[in-house]
Amino acid sequence: MSHSKPKFQEKYGNFIGGEFVPPKSGEYFDNTSPTDGKFIAKYPRSNKDDVNAAIDAAKAAENEWSKTSATERSMILNKIADIIEENLDEFAAMDTYDNGKPIRETTMADTPLAVDHFRYFAGAIRAQEGSASELNTNSVSLIIKEPLGVVAQIVPWNFPLLMFTWKVAPALATGNCIVIKPAEQTPSSVTLFAEKVKDVLPAGVLNIVHGFGPEAGKPLASSPRVDKVAFTGETTTGQMIMQYASKNLNPVTMELGGKSPNIFFNSVMDKDDAFLDKCIEGAVMFALNQGEVCTCPSRMLIQEDIYEEFIEKVIARTESIVQGDPYDMKTQLGAQASEDQFDKILSYIKTGKEEGAEVLTGGEQFQASGDYKDGFYLKPTILKGHNKMRVFQEEIFGPVVSVCTFKDEAEAIEIANDTLYGLGAGVWTRDGHQLYQIPRAIKAGRVWVNCYHDYPAHAPFGGYKMSGFGRENHLMMLDHYQQSKNMLISYDKNKLGFF
Amino acid sequence: MQVDRVSITNKASKLVEELKNRHGEVIFHQSGGCCDGSAPMLLPKDDFYLDESDIHMGNVAGVDFYMNQAQYEYWKHTHLTVDVIKGRGSSFSLEIPEGYRFKIDSRLFTEEEQKHLST
Repeated sequence: MSHSKPKFQEKYGNFIGGEFVPPKSGEYFDNTSPTDGKFIAKYPRSNKDDVNAAIDAAKAAENEWSKTSATERSMILNKIADIIEENLDEFAAMDTYDNGKPIRETTMADTPLAVDHFRYFAGAIRAQEGSASELNTNSVSLIIKEPLGVVAQIVPWNFPLLMFTWKVAPALATGNCIVIKPAEQTPSSVTLFAEKVKDVLPAGVLNIVHGFGPEAGKPLASSPRVDKVAFTGETTTGQMIMQYASKNLNPVTMELGGKSPNIFFNSVMDKDDAFLDKCIEGAVMFALNQGEVCTCPSRMLIQEDIYEEFIEKVIARTESIVQGDPYDMKTQLGAQASEDQFDKILSYIKTGKEEGAEVLTGGEQFQASGDYKDGFYLKPTILKGHNKMRVFQEEIFGPVVSVCTFKDEAEAIEIANDTLYGLGAGVWTRDGHQLYQIPRAIKAGRVWVNCYHDYPAHAPFGGYKMSGFGRENHLMMLDHYQQSKNMLISYDKNKLGFF
Repeated sequence: MQVDRVSITNKASKLVEELKNRHGEVIFHQSGGCCDGSAPMLLPKDDFYLDESDIHMGNVAGVDFYMNQAQYEYWKHTHLTVDVIKGRGSSFSLEIPEGYRFKIDSRLFTEEEQKHLST
C-alpha cells in the first residue's frame, strides 16, 4: 500500500441543499498544508448570507427528514460508513496533508474510527426505544423521542474527519438536519465526505459552510433559526456561543480544553514486564497527534520513589520517536497544524524555562528535510517542574508534557485536581484498590485506567469544570439531539367533575 | 514607577488600529485551552459579557484587556506582551479573516516589578 499526497481542485464550494455552491460574496481563502507550507486549494470565505442559505436548505429538508424511520436513517448511516471505508486511503491522505498528522494515524485511527462511529450510531438508533408508564387505571404516559430540528455544529481542526463524524453521526441518526462549519485550517476531508455521500443523503439534510469564526461561525451560532449549537474549541469562544444560545434559549454542548494528568504509581515498576512497557508507552502518549488533542496527557505525575528510573525510560522512548515524512508509515510524529500553533508552543517552552522548568528532552524545532523543510515540526518535549507553573496549567496543544512528582495518593489527587479543566486523566497502577479509588477522586469526564487515548464509540466522552459539558459518543448522545415528547393519554370516558 | 501587566508590540498595535476602524470598539479577552486557545481574542466590545469574574489587566493600543479570574490566578506572576503572527484560527477573534493571529509572549515579573504593579 502506497501513500501519497492527494490531488485537489483549485477551489471548492460550500455544500448547501445537496450541491456545491460558490460563496455569495465570491470570496475565497487559501488553505495551505502545514507539512510543507504549500498551497492546497481555495475554500469559500462565507458570511451570514451563505449561513442563511444553508439554514434555509436545512429547514426545507427538515419536515421530510424528521419523519424518516430509524431503519431508513440507520441504513443511510451504514452506507456512509461503507463509503468512508471504501475510500479510507483517500480520506487518510487528505487529513494528513491538511492537518499535518502522520499517515499512520489517519490510516489506523482517525478514519477507521469515523467508520465505526457511523456504524455505532446506525445501530444505536435502531435499538433506542421510548417508554410507556401506566400512571393509574385510566392514564398512560408515553415518551417518544423526536429530533430537535436544525442543529448548528462548529468543529475543530485536530481530527478533521473524526470530529466532524462525532458531531454529524448522532445528529443524523436522530433525524436532525445539520449546518456545520469545519475549521478553516482543515476543510478538505469534510468536502471529500460531501462529494462521496451526496447521492446517499437527501438534499439539505447536511450542509457545510466554510469560513472564519467571526464571519461564518458567529451568524451560525447566533441564528434564532437553529435549535441547538454544538461546539468544540476554546473557552472564550465557548462562552460567546453560550451567550448567543441564551438569547435563543437554545441547548448547547461544549467540548473545550483540558490539561489532563497522567498518573504513575510506584507499583508500575514492580516488574520489568509487558505492563511496564505499556506504562512507558502511556507516558509518551503526550506526543500522539503532535499533542493536538484536548485530552493530551500533558501533565505527567510520577510517584517520587520511582521517578528517576521511570523518567529515564520515558525519555529514552520519547527520543526514539520517528519524525519526518508524514506520508511514511514509519513516521510517528508529524507537523503542528499551523505556524501560529508552532510559534505558541515554542513561546510556552520559553515561558516554562523562565519559570524554572528543566528541559529533560526536546524543547526546540525539528528541522525536517527535503519536501518538508518548510513545515512546522517540533521535537517532543519533556519539562520538569511543579504544578503551579503556567506550563502545568495551560493547554499548550503541542507535543509537550510537564512532569512533576508526588509523595502519596492524597498528593497525587490534589495535584491532579489543581487545574481549571477536567476533561481526561490517566491512572496507571498494579494495585486493584487504586485503580478504582483514584479515578473516582479525579474530577474529569474520562479517566483512562491502565490505558490512554482510546476513543471507542461506545464510551461517553466529555468534560467537568471549564472543559465544558454534555457528552460525545455513546448512545447517551442520542438524547443530546432529541426532544422528549410526552403524550399523556386518558382511557377514561368519564369527566373529572371539576367543571 | 508603575508596572503594567500587559503591553503590545508595534506590529500588533497597528493591526488593532485597523480592526478598530473596521469593527468599532473592541476588547481583548484571553482565552483558555483547546485547539485555538491560550491566545488573546479580539472581540467587538458589546459582544462579550463581562462581569466581576473577568479581571481587567490593562489597556493596550486603546483596548481593554481582560482575563477570567480563575485563569488569572495561574498567570498573575507573568508579564504579557500581545504580539501578532501570520496564521489561522477557528475562534471568533476578529483578526483571523485577515490571516493573522494575536498571540501572547510571557516573561516573569522581577521582584522589583511585583511591588509596583498597576493592577
